Amino acid sequence: MAKQIEVSDLDAYYGSHKAIEGITMTIEPRSVTAFIGPSGCGKSTFLRTLNRMHEVIPGARVEGKVRLEDQDLYGASVDPVSVRRTIGMVFQRPNPFPTMSIFDNVAAGLKLNGRFSKSQLDGIVENSLKGANLWNEVKNRLNKPGAGLSGGQQQRLCIARAIAVQPQVLLMDEPCSALDPISTLAIEDLISELKQEFTIVIVTHNMQQAARVSDRTAFFNLAAQGQPGKLVEMDETSRIFTNPTQKATEDYITGRFG
Amino acid sequence: MTVQTGIQPLSFGRRAKDQAVRALVYLAFAIAIVPLVSVLWLVVKNGLKRFDLEFLTHSMRNIGARDAGGGAYHAIIGTLEQVLLASLIAVPIGLLTAVYLVEYGNGRRLSRFISFFVDIMTGVPSIVAGLFVLAFWILVLGMPFSGFAGALSLSILMMPVVVRSTEEMLRLVPNELREASYALGVPKWRTIVKVVLPTAFTGIVTGVMLAVARVAGETAPLLLTVFFTDSINEDPFNGPQMGLPLYVFGQSSLPQDIAIDRAWTGALTLILIVMLLNLVARLISWWRSPAKRG
Amino acid sequence: MATSLPKTEGGPAVSRSAFRRSRGDGPFRFLSVGSGVILLAIMAAIAVFLVVKAIPALQANTSHFLTELTWNPNATKPVFGIGALAFGTVVSSFLALIISTPVAVGVALFISHYAPRRLASILGYVVDLLAAVPSVVYGLWGVTFLVPFMLGPSKFLNDYLAWIPLFGGDSVVGKSMLTASLVLAIMILPIIAAISREVFLQAPKLQEEAALALGATRWEMIRMAVLPFGRPGVITAALLGLGRAMGETIAVALIFPATFTISFRILSPNGNSIAANIANGFGEATPIGRGALIASGLVLFVITLVVNTAARLIIARRKEYARAAA
Repeated sequence: MAKQIEVSDLDAYYGSHKAIEGITMTIEPRSVTAFIGPSGCGKSTFLRTLNRMHEVIPGARVEGKVRLEDQDLYGASVDPVSVRRTIGMVFQRPNPFPTMSIFDNVAAGLKLNGRFSKSQLDGIVENSLKGANLWNEVKNRLNKPGAGLSGGQQQRLCIARAIAVQPQVLLMDEPCSALDPISTLAIEDLISELKQEFTIVIVTHNMQQAARVSDRTAFFNLAAQGQPGKLVEMDETSRIFTNPTQKATEDYITGRFG
Repeated sequence: MTVQTGIQPLSFGRRAKDQAVRALVYLAFAIAIVPLVSVLWLVVKNGLKRFDLEFLTHSMRNIGARDAGGGAYHAIIGTLEQVLLASLIAVPIGLLTAVYLVEYGNGRRLSRFISFFVDIMTGVPSIVAGLFVLAFWILVLGMPFSGFAGALSLSILMMPVVVRSTEEMLRLVPNELREASYALGVPKWRTIVKVVLPTAFTGIVTGVMLAVARVAGETAPLLLTVFFTDSINEDPFNGPQMGLPLYVFGQSSLPQDIAIDRAWTGALTLILIVMLLNLVARLISWWRSPAKRG
Repeated sequence: MATSLPKTEGGPAVSRSAFRRSRGDGPFRFLSVGSGVILLAIMAAIAVFLVVKAIPALQANTSHFLTELTWNPNATKPVFGIGALAFGTVVSSFLALIISTPVAVGVALFISHYAPRRLASILGYVVDLLAAVPSVVYGLWGVTFLVPFMLGPSKFLNDYLAWIPLFGGDSVVGKSMLTASLVLAIMILPIIAAISREVFLQAPKLQEEAALALGATRWEMIRMAVLPFGRPGVITAALLGLGRAMGETIAVALIFPATFTISFRILSPNGNSIAANIANGFGEATPIGRGALIASGLVLFVITLVVNTAARLIIARRKEYARAAA
């Protein structure tokens, strides 16, 4: 289920403003890759280019290549919609659909994409909720609105919704930044379970979190305000946090700047 | 120069001016309320005189100029049919136009152009909408005066209202929900139909009902398109049909007191219908609100 | 891992291998663009068909349409012109605007800055109710209540203020330009009040607090921070109200004495408007008569178009200004 992502020489723009420049990296399957860096360095923008969510913003565009195994995601005949079905995403703030019940939220991606029998849906919803460690908390109130859950539960609901469509890659854009420490811990536990089945990429501002959950870490930085963000270095998480090759990385993780 | 200490009282002039403006502002509000109270009071007081079963179940057929009795059944039927038809035309067009402006427009030239003309359309006088249907539908195409012609003119007045209220509601739908749906690999149009529109549903319905209530009271366009009749005509596509606002207009331009009484009762019925529509809008939004289901 | 992940046969893996384009987006987009275009087409059709049906009548006219005062298009030798009607439309609407705007601004300030917070929204709703009353009801109210009621005040104005040309004249009636303008003023008040209220509520709170912190009274704060900010909005609101007043038909059709003269004596039995003339004259109009009424409607359409466009341009400019300031 999990596939490797290869990015080569990728630039992303908002209108005429270049947000990130010349990014080349390989994201390994069945592992957690963390993106860290100061605010505005383009790590979220880069994350969104990986499932073509970047271009949803008016005026935004991408140059360069992203390959999922052997397929170019930005190829001429590729539909961004099917890319997103293959590469799922979890957002900074939990965003369950307010008009839908818990069940319908998890089933949303399936229902909106094709036809499934009731029993198929039941099975997928249960498995996805179990996969998101939420099943025991909500199994008796699947028909209640998703918006009635706590923030941490809502975020796990969104993760269940994302994995219900069986993506190969799961992108997480600061998934814990709106949550309390206990909910954060629950999500982090979940991430380490999910990496056995998915390729996971997580953007985080929290360096302890990156150290705790990720296998590899990429550090992004920008030369100055208004300049495009760049990939400074990428390596095993343990090496980045103990013995980085770049001075900028060391400054950042030791808290000397950013 | 002496240095003043402590809290100094406000000068008399400044305080007086402040109080005078306050009084004027309160007065303005009172002045605005007077006609409303007067209109509603007279409508209820004079309207109740003839607000009986005969009024609601009979037409004006065979009622002479000096005869008492008679009713507005034919006009009520006409108004309901005309408003329904007008909504069937205006709501889909208005809704889809709003979807275009919010979801697809992105500040393109066409969308700015349409948006500008929606504003201009809001200002089209109702009598001009009636004249247009008269010129186009009845005089050029040779169609008969009918309830449907009236509905056409009402739909022109409804469309911009539906577009603007729907647009406002769609813009309130948080972008995060659209992104969540895109990230699940849902195509844009299904995202709009299944996520964006349901989220904005309550507000859209309220806006539509308010638009309906607005055109339900329109008289001028009907005058030119449905023609007058005293008889019941349940077929909105054929032949003259009455409308309740038109009925009020017709009766109030007659000199007899009994006609004026009928006009007041017609006005009361019209206001009740408009209020009922408003109430329905509120009920629907209450029934659909997620808070209630939670 | 304790739980197994969703596994389905077939399932969403359909388009997994090749990222094919999904269907449905095209048609839906087409529908929504099409609806917008229909709207544009309707606006164009309104102009085109009014012109088309007005031309035969204008050709049959034996007088000059723009300057002629009388309206006699049903005669064998049609004589008609927009002069008196356009005059009545413009004068009655401006009069309504002059009466309505100060009150509406007062109402807007009352709701935005004076009324207790809890009451404000309810009171705003009450003012909006004024707009929900159908115009024919205002007409009925005007002709049965306001017309006789206005006789007294009108006589008073004529007796004591006749040296002002507006209030001069020998005969004073209830069915006058003044009464019609008063009804129009009531009808446009909620529009002007609602837009002004929104603008006043948007006035930057920081500046309001800055003014209060300097020791300004409430009125001084409003004059320093709210009114300058709200002025373009109030002008726009007034223009939109003006457009509405010009197009208003039924209420004034019942009140105007339907004369075809040009006179500033607003208490005397003169006055008419384009819209009222269409409503009153349509019943007995011949084909040429209908064409003449359509021609007058075209003039009304153009006048309201100009007024509304002016209003919208002010809003548009203001938006840009606000964005630049942000």
